[in-house]
Amino acid sequence: MFILTISSLLLVVAMGIGLYMKASPILHEHSLWDLLSASEWKPMKNQFGFFPFLMGTLWVSGLALIISIPISMLMAIYLTEYSHSVVRRFVYPFLDILAGLPSVIYGVWGMLLIVPWVSNVAAPWVGRNTTGYTVLACGIVLGVMVIPLLVSLFIEIFSNVSHELREATFALGATRWQATKHVVLRKTLPGILAAIVLAASRVMGETIAVIMVCGNLAIAPNSLLDACYPIPALIANNYGEMLSMPLYESALMFAAFILFFVVLVFNLFSRLVLKKIEAQ
Amino acid sequence: MKRSIIEEYLARLFMYAAVAMVIYFVASVVLSVFMRGFPLLSWEMVSSLPGGGFYMGGGGGFLNAIVGSLYIVGGATVLGLAISIPVVFFLNVYLKPGSRFAFIARLAYDVLFGIPSIVYGAFGFTLMIYFGVRASLLGGTIVVTLLIIPIFIRSMDEVAKTIPTELMEAAYSLGSTRWETIAVIVRQIAPAIATATLLSIGRAIGDAAGVMFTAGFSDRIPTSLTQQTATLPLSVYFQLQSPSLEVQDRAYAAAVVLTLIVLVLSISGRIIMNHFSRNKIQ
Repeated sequence: MFILTISSLLLVVAMGIGLYMKASPILHEHSLWDLLSASEWKPMKNQFGFFPFLMGTLWVSGLALIISIPISMLMAIYLTEYSHSVVRRFVYPFLDILAGLPSVIYGVWGMLLIVPWVSNVAAPWVGRNTTGYTVLACGIVLGVMVIPLLVSLFIEIFSNVSHELREATFALGATRWQATKHVVLRKTLPGILAAIVLAASRVMGETIAVIMVCGNLAIAPNSLLDACYPIPALIANNYGEMLSMPLYESALMFAAFILFFVVLVFNLFSRLVLKKIEAQ
Repeated sequence: MKRSIIEEYLARLFMYAAVAMVIYFVASVVLSVFMRGFPLLSWEMVSSLPGGGFYMGGGGGFLNAIVGSLYIVGGATVLGLAISIPVVFFLNVYLKPGSRFAFIARLAYDVLFGIPSIVYGAFGFTLMIYFGVRASLLGGTIVVTLLIIPIFIRSMDEVAKTIPTELMEAAYSLGSTRWETIAVIVRQIAPAIATATLLSIGRAIGDAAGVMFTAGFSDRIPTSLTQQTATLPLSVYFQLQSPSLEVQDRAYAAAVVLTLIVLVLSISGRIIMNHFSRNKIQ
């Protein structure tokens, strides 16, 4: 039992070391800064610029968070502060389903509804012409995917605030929304930030849904209506060809290592904050 | 005074809108997949293997993907349970509450839970190259097992933490050793084991990025652990990339099958959580 427990601990370490070792050949060949800031991706010519992929990930994750944070926060406030338990029993199964649906189904949904909507409605509205496989479509799909995680984290955080605190605010004549705004939200601010960081790390690692709607074009996007190519899509799309060239494989493993490292740091930070809140 | 009441109504309005939007999203995802795929679904598709010229619009079905997914998920669930029940037991019985080791271990599982499946896939792939194993049923099962172990441990541990110490003390006072209390613990967390299993199966069956590298793809049902195998999500993904409309139609049909499986899992998970907690002492 002890061995099982400690070996799963070592899994985290092994993952980091394993991916780093595989990535080290390319780090010998090019400097870290070159890899991250160059924007030419031509593996056959020994040019490995990760900039377009980093920007793709940033744009997509940012948009997904902008979409999902207000919705999830309002929903969590409603469920913890306002709603009757009957309403909760009705709404929770919807969140379960949203959380349970596989990534590929979200991808199918994106291709069926969101991509055509972007190309037929959103893009013409601002006078642009696109296929619909854009940052916008990708951000919407990812935003919807991450809602259940954010809502459940927010609910957990909000229900940790003691009832006496709320009641004291009501006694001072505050409305329910005022109590929420000035007491609950202010008191839980660190928790909210931690939850958002956690959601960001989840969004960054999504693969299949992203690959299906992002357009897969290795150019850093300049607007919401440009195609993009986030890091997970890069890894998944090229693994078949990479075996022919050692440096190419190393480049993809470097991409996986970046992803691992960022997710690890984000997770450690937010989990420690959340644990501290839970302990109070 | 007046302003605060207007604000209150506005806030409520936005909240209703947010809840309505989420319900709309759920309906939109499920219905759009069903409306597109359900009319195309036929018995032939779920009961036969891909025929000749399948990816150019030939006959056949995606039984290979259904069975492949079941093999991987079945194997991973059994392995995952066998590994995570002892770990949960160890964390809660053998370690003192507030132990530093338990804290770090739980943190590690939280982190593992957050690591994306594509990273598991890439890591599994490097391991497989290192050991000279090629993409196979075995590789896919191992990666999916690693992927779901954190889910198992976290959701069982959550419940195991709430087991009252008096219950354990009662067991000790009847002369049981620590190891023998596993019967008490398992009975207490039985509903949690059930829901964790359903949750893990849901995640395992929907995972595509992890098995992409490690299980490969094949038109046949694997007969040994070293053969490549197809999985449902990858079958949806690959068929959607085909230019042929007939092949795409089949992808939508496969998506309906996958959605149905996941819906059944998540609904029965709720039911178990609500009705199956009778043995539990609060």
